[in-house]
Amino acid sequence: MSGRSRFSFDRLIRLPPFVWLGAFFLLPFAITLKISLSEPATAIPPYLPVLDWRGGLDGWSSFLEALNLDNYATLYADPFYRDAALGSLGYAALASLILVAVGTPLAYALSRAPARWQPLLLALVIVPFWTSFLIRIYAWIAILKPEGLLNLVLLRLGLIARPLTILNTDAAVIIGLVYAYLPFMVLPLYAVMNRLDPTLRDAAADLGASPTRVFWSVTLPLSLPGIAAGAALCFIPMVGEFIIPDLLGSSETLMLGRVLWTEFFSNRDWPLASAVAVLILAIVIVPVVLFRDSLRVGEGTGEGR
Amino acid sequence: MSDVPPRLTVRELTKSFGTYRAVDAVTLDLEPGEFFCLLGPSGCGKSTLLRLIAGFERPTSGQIRLGDQDLTGLPPHRRPVNMMFQSYALFPHMSVAGNIGYGLKDMGRTAAAVRVAELLRLVRLEGFGERRPETLSGGQRQRVALARALAREPQLLLLDEPLGALDRGLREETQGELRTIQRRLGTAFVVVTHDPEEAMMLADRIGVMEAGRLVQVAPPIALYRRPVNRYVAGLLGDVNLLPGRLGPDAAGEVRTVETPHGIVQGRTTSLAEGTPVVVAVRPEDLVLGAQGLPATVTEATFLGDRLRRTLRLPDGSFLRASGPPAEGDPPAGSETRVAFSADAAAIFPA
Repeated sequence: MSGRSRFSFDRLIRLPPFVWLGAFFLLPFAITLKISLSEPATAIPPYLPVLDWRGGLDGWSSFLEALNLDNYATLYADPFYRDAALGSLGYAALASLILVAVGTPLAYALSRAPARWQPLLLALVIVPFWTSFLIRIYAWIAILKPEGLLNLVLLRLGLIARPLTILNTDAAVIIGLVYAYLPFMVLPLYAVMNRLDPTLRDAAADLGASPTRVFWSVTLPLSLPGIAAGAALCFIPMVGEFIIPDLLGSSETLMLGRVLWTEFFSNRDWPLASAVAVLILAIVIVPVVLFRDSLRVGEGTGEGR
Repeated sequence: MSDVPPRLTVRELTKSFGTYRAVDAVTLDLEPGEFFCLLGPSGCGKSTLLRLIAGFERPTSGQIRLGDQDLTGLPPHRRPVNMMFQSYALFPHMSVAGNIGYGLKDMGRTAAAVRVAELLRLVRLEGFGERRPETLSGGQRQRVALARALAREPQLLLLDEPLGALDRGLREETQGELRTIQRRLGTAFVVVTHDPEEAMMLADRIGVMEAGRLVQVAPPIALYRRPVNRYVAGLLGDVNLLPGRLGPDAAGEVRTVETPHGIVQGRTTSLAEGTPVVVAVRPEDLVLGAQGLPATVTEATFLGDRLRRTLRLPDGSFLRASGPPAEGDPPAGSETRVAFSADAAAIFPA
């Protein structure tokens, strides 16, 4: 076979991801961006089209003139949106930290379990996905509500005198986020930890390191790429999360996903909702860039062999 | 180094995986400061034995002691024994100095830095301390692994195929280096290898393992000259095997063996008269001349420093002989007789 045909085959096989991204990410994003620059209207769809396709070149120039950043100005000026953005970041960051703290030992235990048990244990991590996400979050309402399962157990055990108010608080939102995203933390982390060369742990133990020191000085640093990947995988969708704050949070739980929903469906302000969507994307791109760098460092060190 | 290094003693050590015995009742005494090689093919249990001594595997039964200390139940990080891994197992997220100094945590920062510098000098890697392992060549990594394993001044160093990952030229150079370092430090080394030549070159004594058992422990020459079975004989080089029946018990180790072609002599210990045995003789120990078993020279190949001959015995079996060439050697096709001294022949059960 000539190198050339192989080269073109290589090219071809790289194409689908780009087509996919173009069709299902870039194009919808361009439309969202366009809507975010329009004015709301009482119409179907409920905004004034910025670009009149029939106008040809004139249409383009009027398009550029009609572009308005009013929606973004609103996002910037109104503290409500700023608070929602900060709220989203806060919830996502806190939940990510807890996910790292909970997911790391879990993934480590999985990776160190006897090899024949690992498929079953992994399946147990994934099994909740077989039930509807919505139903699982509703189940948490039943657990967390004042007369719910958790309070029932705690009362019976005599650990508390009066039912705790957990549902419709920030705590409930964090619990829901951690619960729902745990597999996204555990799976990439498990994949990295499972691939770690076990002789590195042997070598550390051989050099006098206690099991605790082996974990902190060898296993954990070499698992950082997995932690970064898991945290990114959780943090990004959590910033835009809507269902969990809506069902478990209070009316004061300010998260961008919820704001977006309200603007879109209740206020029917598509342009502003689109601007919020663009804002979420902008917020999320920052950690992606950050984590991408840390992932790259991980590749250099984690794959030493 | 400590003044009188304690010796390693292994007693009836067995490691079973299910019904499979990876290490089977191994008993071994190591001399202080000895360079010991465990030799055998892959799967013979030599690496498992090493891992048992290091503490990575728990023995099914038996005991491991170092001097007065019973190591058997100790976890690896409590054993005064260090190991150099076949893959080197260098920590990829640490510098060379970080790797070498990993085991020196209790020493204090300054003392550890001095020790690391000393070790870098020992393995001729001065100036490489800040480098990452992945930027080093195979030979350099090997030396980092050695320095790291030596850092805690172990009373015993275990080396799993320490030269296995190096290419041929580097291997021979490194063998000499390993030997020099071991001599200088006086630490007992246990090296696992599957390469008989390497074992003979490095070791004070070699332990040959076969299917989990330690079948023979001897200095290289004794192992070569007096193998205890067919397997050991074949492992260390070319060998001629003559089947026969052991003659009457005599004083000393020299016994006669009745072969189909005549009576020969060899060395053995405590085997009953009439036992079916095999006489093993190295090609260079066969002497052609007027005495011994009748044979025909079927082939003679001149190799400069030596002459290699194939001899056919009356029953059609062949012997290989090799020796310094001389004028008047019987040419191919000629009838001759072949003999060997009793000291050069090992007798073991067939």
